[in-house]
Amino acid sequence: MQPCHVKVYSLSTCSHCKDTKEFLNQCGVDYDCVEIDKLDPEKRRKILEEIKRLNPQCSFPTVVAGDQVIVGFKQDELKEALGIK
Amino acid sequence: MNVEQLYEILKKAQEPKGFYFNQDKPRVFDLLQGLLTNKDRYGYMACPCRLAAADPDWDRDIICPCVYREPDVAEYGSCYCNLYVSRAWNAGEIPPVYVPERRPLEKRFRL
Repeated sequence: MQPCHVKVYSLSTCSHCKDTKEFLNQCGVDYDCVEIDKLDPEKRRKILEEIKRLNPQCSFPTVVAGDQVIVGFKQDELKEALGIK
Repeated sequence: MNVEQLYEILKKAQEPKGFYFNQDKPRVFDLLQGLLTNKDRYGYMACPCRLAAADPDWDRDIICPCVYREPDVAEYGSCYCNLYVSRAWNAGEIPPVYVPERRPLEKRFRL
C-alpha cells in the first residue's frame, strides 16, 4: 500500500528521470509527473520556484514523497520513503 | 540527422579523445534523441539531463559535450548523464556511482 502522495519533477529528455519513472512504475507506485522542459515559460517559472523551495540543489529528477524529497535517481531512498521492500 | 547518424559521428569524433559511449546502447540512443530534441527546441544540443535556458550564451557550459564531462569522467568514469564514459567504466573496472551535478548552483535554474 502506497503511504503517501508522490510527485516527480522531471525533464522529458533526462536519463535519470526516466530511470526514476520506470522504477516507480515497476513498483506499482502512483505518481504525478511534471515534465518541466515541456511547460510554457510562465508555468515553467512557477514550477521552478516550487522546485527551488523543495530542492535547493535545483536538479532533476526531484521526487517528493509525502514530506520527503529525493534528489536524483536514488533507489534506496525511494524505497525507504515509499515503504517498498 | 537521425540518432544512428549522430551516434556514428560522435563516436568517431570522441573515442580518439578517450570518451566512449556507455555500452548500454538503448540508454545512449535515448540520450542522443534528447540531444536532437534540444537541438530542435533551442538550436543547440543542450545536455538532456539539465534544464536549458534557451540562451546559448548562458548554456554554453552545458552544450554537449559539456565542460563538466572531462572532470566527471576523470573522477567518476562517467559524465553526469552516463552518456560518455571511460573505457575502464565500460569494462566494469570502476564502480558506477551517481555522478553529482558539477554545474554551479547559480547556473542551474534561470527563472
